[in-house]
Amino acid sequence: MTATVAVLLACGACFVLKFVGYLTPARWVSGPRTSRITTLLPVALLSALIAVQAFTTGERLVLDARAVAVAVALILLRLRANFIVVVVGAAAVAAVLRALGG
Amino acid sequence: MTTAGLDAGRRRAVLRQAWSVGIATGAYGISFGALGVAAGLNLWLVQALSALMFTGGSQFAFVGIIATGVGAAPSAIATAALLGIRNGLYGIQTSQFLGVRGARRVAAAHLTIDESTAVGIAQPEDEAQRLGFWRTGIAVFVFWNAMTFVGALLGNTVGDPKRYGLDAAAAAAFCALLWPRLRSLDALATSALAICLALAFAPFVPAGIPVLVAALAAVVVALRHGGRHEAPLRAEAPGSDPTP
Repeated sequence: MTATVAVLLACGACFVLKFVGYLTPARWVSGPRTSRITTLLPVALLSALIAVQAFTTGERLVLDARAVAVAVALILLRLRANFIVVVVGAAAVAAVLRALGG
Repeated sequence: MTTAGLDAGRRRAVLRQAWSVGIATGAYGISFGALGVAAGLNLWLVQALSALMFTGGSQFAFVGIIATGVGAAPSAIATAALLGIRNGLYGIQTSQFLGVRGARRVAAAHLTIDESTAVGIAQPEDEAQRLGFWRTGIAVFVFWNAMTFVGALLGNTVGDPKRYGLDAAAAAAFCALLWPRLRSLDALATSALAICLALAFAPFVPAGIPVLVAALAAVVVALRHGGRHEAPLRAEAPGSDPTP
């Protein structure tokens, strides 16, 4: 699969999911279990993405500048920093640590 | 769309809200654009994601996984789709007050994201709900796409992304997307379980699969109480997500 095909398929899937909402009667998804799963699904996916992005290189588990950057990001979020500040702050920490040979 | 039922002051208030949300959210497009090209996609594919996918969490997830290689494409697509399910749930709500058919329904569906839904359902009057949804969706779309382009151009000029910590920036972006969702003990439990599952599977399965396996954490935690509803730690509303 080329990157272009992957992008188009992913865009198509996301649009179809949006559109399906406009065709679905509200009572179909009103169960408490369904709503609990759909609330927690983004939490699980985003948490896993953080873990993979910060602590793996290829298929190896690693601890490097990215782990420190994530810790800084969490501290900035705790301090209610803006999204851009969090992202740029974490990148800057990783860049500085790498420049210092970390 | 007619707004005859709204007085000028209310109309201005809704438009001001729509534009401010559009500008504030759109600004994050710059980080998406930069991370997209850092992940190895060309500028046009990054722009296509903002124009055609137009849902930030899915976009960040897609480029984060595809950065490991095109072999991870199926996982990248699946993860983007799983994160996009919530937009369908928003659509069930917004379709009630939008009353759209045909091409307008297609446009409304495409603009159904956290922010347009939040501004729309927050309005007391029907007219204001429609106005808020459409104008917020359009404002976010315009600024998000413009800033994606700027970010992709910047990303192309910086060279090696690791030197500037752009790989860490992707993890930080996911943290910022996750943060407002950690509102209940169940959410914290789901997060911890998902991290353990992802790291446990990472050494043994191809890139992208650990994230999909970790999705099971949501199912496990959600079914653990047999449908009991846990009260959120804080009030919950769509739009707490900092990107579309």
